[in-house]
Amino acid sequence: MAVTPSHPTALVHARGLTKRFKALVAVDGIDFDVERGQAFGFLGPNGAGKTSTMRMIGCVSSPTAGTLRVLGMDPIVDGPRIRARLGVVPQLDTLDMELHVDENLITYARYFDIPRDVARRRAQELLEFVQLQERAHDDVEPLSGGMKRRLTIARALVNEPEILLLDEPTTGLDPQARHLVWDRLYRLKQQGVTIVLTTHYMDEAEQLCDRLVVMDKARIVASGSPRSLIDQYATREVLELRFPIDATPALDGKLDGIAQRVEILPDRVLLYAEDGDAAAAAVHQRGLQPESILVRRSSLEDVFLHLTGRSLIE
Amino acid sequence: MTGVAVTRTWRVIEHHLMVYRRTWKGSMFVSFLSPILFLAAMGIGLGTLIARGPVRTVEGVSYLAFLAPGLLAATTMQTAFVEETYPIIAKMQWLRTYEGMLATPLTVGNVLGGEIGWLVIRQAITAIAFFAVMVVFGAISSLAALLIIPVAVLNGLAFGTPMMAFTATQRKDKHFPTIGRFIITPLFLLGGVFFPIAKLPVPAQVIAWFTPLAHSVALARQLAIGNAPAFALAHLAVPLLYAIAGIVAAGITFRRRLTL
Repeated sequence: MAVTPSHPTALVHARGLTKRFKALVAVDGIDFDVERGQAFGFLGPNGAGKTSTMRMIGCVSSPTAGTLRVLGMDPIVDGPRIRARLGVVPQLDTLDMELHVDENLITYARYFDIPRDVARRRAQELLEFVQLQERAHDDVEPLSGGMKRRLTIARALVNEPEILLLDEPTTGLDPQARHLVWDRLYRLKQQGVTIVLTTHYMDEAEQLCDRLVVMDKARIVASGSPRSLIDQYATREVLELRFPIDATPALDGKLDGIAQRVEILPDRVLLYAEDGDAAAAAVHQRGLQPESILVRRSSLEDVFLHLTGRSLIE
Repeated sequence: MTGVAVTRTWRVIEHHLMVYRRTWKGSMFVSFLSPILFLAAMGIGLGTLIARGPVRTVEGVSYLAFLAPGLLAATTMQTAFVEETYPIIAKMQWLRTYEGMLATPLTVGNVLGGEIGWLVIRQAITAIAFFAVMVVFGAISSLAALLIIPVAVLNGLAFGTPMMAFTATQRKDKHFPTIGRFIITPLFLLGGVFFPIAKLPVPAQVIAWFTPLAHSVALARQLAIGNAPAFALAHLAVPLLYAIAGIVAAGITFRRRLTL
């Protein structure tokens, strides 16, 4: 099949991409490009427009306005042809409770017109890949959340997709299950699969993504590599101070000049500084007596909270 | 439809068959048991009483011969109701099966086509099982009676496709029992299956003739008894109209629901 992408190498190319549901603007004119082999993350609080964007890339929901090209094709015209080369892990599992674990993969492979014997072989390989081979002939219902998620990922790989779309792949999983999923995704990336994911876990974004866009209120508010976002929107280190609850309001002005930015939260004070220890010393010099002091490297979470506001409640 | 569309629609039916492989025994058992019970209790039991009474026959035939074909048509109405409510909302809402299917090359049209195709297969199985029971009970007297099977399948579509269209607009299952109580059960009891529609008050007769069931029952009965005049095929018009309207409506509601 001859593919002539509108953008030389981008697998997903969006300009002014917009999705409206009646009065609600879910995605408000966003631009991005996902390159081959990249792990690309949409980061943002609930309701930021991540899932709507994913559904448009997945050629399930049509853009209201703007340009979208996936694998060089137009989702409105070539939906089935594009979907044939995508793997989709939806936010909520859509596994077939009436079928066994391996039958879930085989039936799904049939939707891609994969011959039955190939489907059987691939189901076996994929179950090994996600470490579910022992459950091949079991019902789906009794599997744990992490196992169901891995089965969903295996199912999304049944057509050997060029792009894997994952909508919050590890939400609701326990730490072991999350790490196992991350490990598998990392391996897929090594094999050259392009990964597009949404998440509101900063560690997930930092671990997996080469490139991130931060979405808030239907728009992209920042983009770059995890490291460059931290460099741009945070400092090298963060000094966290805790004061007795009623003492915090009285700090007004007393911390000025110690750090590049000071953020006063209800439960703690964050000082963004290149040298956390030096800032801590300066705090002491001013005669302030915090209950606890922590110097840490800044993380994507600092960037995220800075960009999307402190109102985030998950 | 192009070859690709046919193949992809068939994939959706294949999925049904995969699930049916696990449930067919119980489902078949019911398909045979239900007509056996009804024909034994009503056809033979009640029929024996009628045969002793002043009229002896209904519309010129034994009560069993009168009842059986109508009951066959009514069975496909009930199957349509059962198959197109809970199983469809489960795939839309509870298990999100369709969401999974639509992440593949399958389209909404393929999914809907597969559902309609499966409805036809499912209704044919029900009708054939019922027909076999009728043969055993001696309620069939001509070869033309085999035509009851497609008539019953069409009746199943006439009820099934509008039902499917309605289900696609629902987020909860709370209206399904209402439909059962106020549409399906009254039609089953009063729609010409157990006694001639002519015995109903005139307004009820008018309503009855606007439903597919009355026409399917009338045609099935004439075919079973073997006295169907050619113009009896006009009875097909109403069920056909319902089935076509249902398919068009389901096309709209499925698309609206699944491609947001």
